[in-house]
Formats: sequence, structure tokens, C-alpha cells
Amino acid sequence: MRDVVIIGVGQTRVEEHWGKSLRHMAHDAVMAAMKDAGIETADALYVGNMLSGELGGQEHVGALVADFIGLRGIEAMKVEAACASGAAALRVGMFAVASGIHDVVMVCGVEKMTDAVGDEVTSGLATAADQEYEVSQGISFVGLNALLMRRYMHQFDVKHEHFAGFAVNAHKNGANNPNAMFQSPIKAETYLRASMIADPINLMDSSPVCDGAACVILAPADGYRARAKAHILASAVATDSLAIHDRRDPLTLDAVALSSQKAYAQARITPTDVDLFEVHDAFTIMAALSLEAAGFAPRGRGVCMAVDNEIGIEGRLPISTMGGLKSRGHPVGATGVYQIVEVVAQLTGQAGKNQVQGARIGMAQNIGGSGATVITHILGGV
Amino acid sequence: MSIPRNWRTRQQRYSLKAEVCNTCNKHIFPPRDVCPHCAAEKQSWTNLSGQGEVFSYTTMYNAPAGFEEYAPYTMALVKLAEGPMVTAQLTDVDAQDVKIGMPVEMVTRKLSQEGEEGQILYGYKFRPMLREAA
Ligand SMILES: [Zn+2]
Repeated sequence: MRDVVIIGVGQTRVEEHWGKSLRHMAHDAVMAAMKDAGIETADALYVGNMLSGELGGQEHVGALVADFIGLRGIEAMKVEAACASGAAALRVGMFAVASGIHDVVMVCGVEKMTDAVGDEVTSGLATAADQEYEVSQGISFVGLNALLMRRYMHQFDVKHEHFAGFAVNAHKNGANNPNAMFQSPIKAETYLRASMIADPINLMDSSPVCDGAACVILAPADGYRARAKAHILASAVATDSLAIHDRRDPLTLDAVALSSQKAYAQARITPTDVDLFEVHDAFTIMAALSLEAAGFAPRGRGVCMAVDNEIGIEGRLPISTMGGLKSRGHPVGATGVYQIVEVVAQLTGQAGKNQVQGARIGMAQNIGGSGATVITHILGGV
Repeated sequence: MSIPRNWRTRQQRYSLKAEVCNTCNKHIFPPRDVCPHCAAEKQSWTNLSGQGEVFSYTTMYNAPAGFEEYAPYTMALVKLAEGPMVTAQLTDVDAQDVKIGMPVEMVTRKLSQEGEEGQILYGYKFRPMLREAA
């Protein structure tokens, strides 16, 4: 297997792109990444996307995007793993380069959510859950996370206000990211006063519905070392039951633990070596549970990292350094690629006011559903 | 949910039709081809008592399509007496009276309706356990 490096990155701002369709957003991100990498073509394109069929009636977006960006003829396909589709596409791109099948590969995560109305988006997101035994009972994706949060608060004697730090940190970091959906900081009081969606989850616990596209260009280390921005030190996937009620223990994200441990072993590091962590904070409860299962906090204590402010840029473990899913936004199938673009920014000293000083090792974790697919990538600086 | 899909899962939704693993003796709901506990393939049919307790709950203010007539309503994770856990709506109870650990029992109710002319889906919900008169 060959070592794989990232030689270019590109992204569009995450927002409600009413003036742009999925193909235009993908085009913008891919062109930015190709320019960044100094390339004019590639061997293959893998598109991470979850909802193009459900919300836009458009599947087959691999060929669609390849044609639209002027590369008709190249290998292209869509990769889907619910909200982890972006990282799944990256992993497929890695297979192609590491195996020697291809040299230069483009990975684009893209999602168009705001063409649909609220009901359709709610149903679309729920396709990540078990249709026959969760969704058919009347639960939504937010509702599933609310069940986890309520139990967490009960079992570990935690109050809702203790989660405020996750939202405050995300918005503080998003304020300095020109590509973030929300670019203004919030106060803890804003979090406490936010309107309830499915109690205890309120608007400030959840990531927004939005559009976006991001792209990274992969190549083998041999031959591209001089142009490398970051090395992919680890890429690991683990799975769990789709339904929360089928889990060994609903409050332990087993697939996060397994995926993280595999990644640490591949990169030959321990959690203490990680300089920053792009966590899948689709909901504040997911941030807490992920920090625990990934080995950064003991069980039931993940939320304390927010309370004690250990997650800021200067903290013990900076998370969501460019705003995370909460503030940068969560265009679901694109999120995993945004995370990688942001880790590369940190490792190349391009993170501006949010730069984690001396960052050498960055981890990104993209979660599909409420923890059924977990994909961890660890990147190293050059 | 399509009519054949509804029909295929009717026994699970109307009567919590479940399995016992012939190898590890654990209860399995919903039925599967492979035991999630020990990966053995042979199971026997069984019925569950329908009794359990609330493991967690949430009040849904934004109901998904087909469930609007009940909003706001309370969804729960119910830990069944025999071991499996299910996701289900609570009924015959006010949201503010729901507590984690509360004993509940299964009832068959209307779950959702797909529009004015669409099929009506029935299935399990859970209500507070009715105490026998002393
Ligand atoms: Zn068994």
C-alpha cells in the first residue's frame, strides 16, 4: 500500500445557496481544489452525498458532476453512508490511490438541502435511522438524539445548561471562519433561551439545515511529496446498529470507540498526541458522547470538557476549530470533507485567528446516523 | 410505509412477536436472521409480555408527516421486561407526568395515516401500567 497525501483543498461557504444548484456548488469546490493543487485533470472523482435523490430527485451525481466540471469521461461515482458520506468518499479515494489503481483522485462532498421544505428534510434525514422500527413509530432524527441526551442527563446527573459550552465554542470559532454559515458568537444566555425542538434538544443544541460543497485532492506521497499539504496517517471505519434501541449500551458509541482505536493504531499515536479534533457535533450530545468514546474523557464526563472550557483553541483539546457542524454548518454529505479541509488548514498554518499553535496531528470524525457508521481520519503535517 | 411492508411486519407491530435464541437464550426483538448477541442462526418464536419501563423520553413538537394529529406527543425508549428495547410513542399520559423508570405496558393503537385517503398504520404504543385494584 502506498502512503497518501493531500495536495489541494477547496470549499464553498456553507449557507442557503438559493442561487446555486448541487452541480454548481460541486463545481466551485472542485475548481478551487484543483487550482490549489495546481492540476488540470484527475484520474477519478468520488462524490460524497446523502440526500440528492431524496430531496432533489437526482441520483447518479458522480457522472453528473464529472461532466459538469468539464471532465466527461473520467471515473466517477457517488458514495453514500448517511451523514458520513463525505468521509466515506474520502476513504474510497484513499483506496484508489493507496492501492496504486489511480494517482490523482478528487473527493468532493456536496449537499443541497434548502431546495426542499422542512417536512421533506426531516424525512430525508430520518432515512439514516431504522425505517421499520424507529421512523415508523413517529420519531425524527432530532428526537433520537433527544432520547440520548435525556438519558445522559438522568444517568450522569447533568443539567441541560452544562452543554452550553459546546455551542458557545462552535460559534466563537465560526465567527472567524469566512466559510461558516453562522459567523457571530453567541452567549450562554442565547443557548439557554433557544426554542425547544424535541426536549431537551433546543435550536442551539442542533446543527442547521444548509447547502455546501468541499473538495480535497489526493495523490501518492511518492512523486507528490514536495506538493503535499498533509499526510493521511489513518483512515478507519466502524459500524453499529442503525437503531439506538438495538445498541449494547445507548450511551456508549461503540463504533466511535472502535473506529478511533483502529485509527490511533494505524497512526501509531495515542489520544494525547492529537492537537485538534474535528468532532461530529451535529448535536451537543453527540459531541459529549464522541469525546468519551474516542478516549478524550471518561464515561459520563465528556460534557465536563465543555464546562471546564478544555475545548477552545487554547484548550487541552481544541474541537470544532472552524465552527464545527453547529456553526460552520452541516450540509450532511459534505460535512466529512469540510472537516478534512479544516484540518489541513490547521496543519498548514492557514487557520487565521483560529490557528492552533504548533498543530502537527489533527483528527476528523464523521458520523452517519446516530452512531451507526463512524469514519475517523488522522492527518499529519508535512 | 408500503402495503406489503406493513403486512410483513404486522405480527411484530400488533403483538410484539419476538424470538428466543436457541444458543444463548436471549430474547430478540424485532426478529432477525442472526442473533445480535452471539451470532448464532437458530431462533424460536416467542411472545413478549408487553411490560417494561421508560429508559428515556422526549416530547416531539415538530411531528413528521403522517403524525401531525398527535403533536405534541411523547416518544420513548422502552426497556422491555425480557430484555429488548423498543422505540415507541407513549399514550394515555401527560408529557409532564412521564419519568425515567416509569412502568409501562404495550397497547395496540393507530400510529399514522398517509393523507386523507391513505392507509392507516397500526402498531404498538405504551401507556402507564394499570395497577390491579387492591
Ligand atoms: Zn444468541
